[in-house]
Amino acid sequence: METIIVIQWALDVLLGLSLFYLAWLALTSEDLFRAIVLFVSFGLLLTLVWIRLDAPDIALAEAAIGAGLTGALLLAGLAKLQIDTREESSGHQTSATQQTTIKKFFKPLSVIAVMLLAILLGYSVLSLPTESAGLLPPVNAELVNSGVTNPVTAVLLNFRGYDTLLEMVVLLVALLAVWSFDARHSTVIANSSPVLGIMTRILVPVLIVVTAYLLWVGAAAPGGAFQAGSVLGAAGVLLMLTGWSLKSSLAGFPLKLALVIGNITFILVALTTAFSGTYSLQYPPAQAGLIILIIETAATISIGVTLAALFLGAQPNNKDKQ
Amino acid sequence: MTVVNFYALIGGGLFCLGLYTLIIQAHLLRKIMALNIMGSGVFMILVALAKRIGGNTPDPVPHAMVITGIVVAVSATALALVLMLKLVATSGRTELPDTELKE
Repeated sequence: METIIVIQWALDVLLGLSLFYLAWLALTSEDLFRAIVLFVSFGLLLTLVWIRLDAPDIALAEAAIGAGLTGALLLAGLAKLQIDTREESSGHQTSATQQTTIKKFFKPLSVIAVMLLAILLGYSVLSLPTESAGLLPPVNAELVNSGVTNPVTAVLLNFRGYDTLLEMVVLLVALLAVWSFDARHSTVIANSSPVLGIMTRILVPVLIVVTAYLLWVGAAAPGGAFQAGSVLGAAGVLLMLTGWSLKSSLAGFPLKLALVIGNITFILVALTTAFSGTYSLQYPPAQAGLIILIIETAATISIGVTLAALFLGAQPNNKDKQ
Repeated sequence: MTVVNFYALIGGGLFCLGLYTLIIQAHLLRKIMALNIMGSGVFMILVALAKRIGGNTPDPVPHAMVITGIVVAVSATALALVLMLKLVATSGRTELPDTELKE
């Protein structure tokens, strides 16, 4: 028993410290490309921490989004940045990579301020009661009425449905903001490597099956709309990297429908439950499982398509024939 | 020191590291990465504290919050990157204008 605890502690300390070290390397690395690669490995290591903290639902989301999609977004951003600054630097002197030196005393001052904050944060963490059930007892008590057996899905789609609905709206608003800003970069820099092409042809169908599995299994085990949606989004990003683009006939109304179907379904459920005598988003226990599955299916499509569209940047033009 | 406290402290450390980078580094891409690291730190504190009950079933409410948080963070990152590219396209700089005043 003793040795197991020692091994677990060794693992925890190793994980925690290498996570901190990777974050430090990623944030201080001179080369931006290197920094992003380190950031992606930070995300992968963080996935292990989530497993260690008994949060497999978060680990799934982190692996697909935190490590995968954010890294892809940052790399695509860096690539566009380098194209822009190359065009720019031929004209005038402004160098994009130039390190602006901030006032001399500013640096030690911020070190002290952040140190103080770290001490305060550490103190408040350590002064919390070491044992706390949190909201687990009420969640467990109501789980039988939620329609699902995975407590995280029950919280996301049933007990705190409002949060999730508004969070879907945030995702949509972010995409609308991106579309309204970015008009030039409508194409992804495609890679014509044959390895990537063959890999994608095998991987994308697998990813779609994984999406469906995660969506279905989310009712009883780790998984659900967000994890399934992010895997679907990753499949979309892979497709775009190989030069695939949406057919112009699909870039108009069908794309917009896919983007909003999650929100529409969620809002329709909210309105129906509000007018059928109960509170908004309070599902009758007998139908709760079905309602959650319907919302999750629509939400998975919307989350996947929105994440892929966020990666693409500009709105796909339906007149533009590629 | 428990596992919960250890990971919560690492989370706090990551938050502070991100905050420091956010203040010190001028390049906007680094600032965006710093914000993401700060977010990861916050998530880690939340998830670590959810485990205070002991056993293998932690409090699911912070878990649900973190999952939505991860998705919001990635959409905010996408928006921030577009804003950065827009700034580069209009001014040719990858830093905010106020950093120049402090030179």
